[in-house]
Amino acid sequence: MARAATTADAFNAIAEPRRRQILDVLADGERPVNDLVRRLGLGQPQVSKHLRVLREVGAVDVRSQGRERLYRLNGRALKPIHDWVKDYEQTWSDRFELMDGVLEDLKQKEEGDDRDD
Amino acid sequence: MTVTTSQSAKLTLPTDEQILITREFDAPRHLVFEAMTTPDLVRRWWHAKRGEVTACEIDLRVGGKWRYAMVTPDGFEVAFHGDYVEIVPDERIVTREVYEGLPEGVTEEQGSTVNTATFADAGEGRTELTLLIQATSKAARDAIIESGMEDGLQDALDLLEETASSLS
Repeated sequence: MARAATTADAFNAIAEPRRRQILDVLADGERPVNDLVRRLGLGQPQVSKHLRVLREVGAVDVRSQGRERLYRLNGRALKPIHDWVKDYEQTWSDRFELMDGVLEDLKQKEEGDDRDD
Repeated sequence: MTVTTSQSAKLTLPTDEQILITREFDAPRHLVFEAMTTPDLVRRWWHAKRGEVTACEIDLRVGGKWRYAMVTPDGFEVAFHGDYVEIVPDERIVTREVYEGLPEGVTEEQGSTVNTATFADAGEGRTELTLLIQATSKAARDAIIESGMEDGLQDALDLLEETASSLS
């Protein structure tokens, strides 16, 4: 399934602690590479390597402004992960909603004719 | 049937190997326990409106086996089986669970989860149900989430909460 592969890629890219750190910084807004290097206390080659992985799964976008390269978060790339959690949560929500109906029946049965709605 | 007390299930990921789901019900503990352990009743809710339940076997005793299966409208079967590890009526059920569609190379032992359902009195005749899904291995968790996720999903999710507003 194409969607599953996308999900795994995004998960893997985001799973690395340094890359999550980069995404955290970018969550506050667009940043030049130098800024990320300073904030993370890493060498520029390492930061660039992480940024490349994040760009490959589309988690960040880049644009040039003068001599600077500005990176920003692309929320859409994270959507598969977001979707999985929401989907799993929704499955259980739907089950529990149906269980509400079952429980209403059980309560009425237990209360017999004395039930009050 | 509309139920005014309806609320959504809350999902959190306490550790990398756990999934925790909580939900409050407007019914006392013994009825929630009954709804979750009686085959004819489980058949009414387990499908989650995503298909038809084709099997619901419950041998409710320690060491007893259980098996749930459903078929989606496009013919895809989803099935789980396992056994009961601990049963405290109206309080707690611990089961081992194996998904019958584990990826190749993942054994049942690796791929099983231990699920703990806890029924807590929430006052005024209400019950708080918590479902803790504990994977026994990274492979099991990966099978559950259908992905090759590594560490730190919760961190990713925290981040996602921040960015969720830009998603739709």
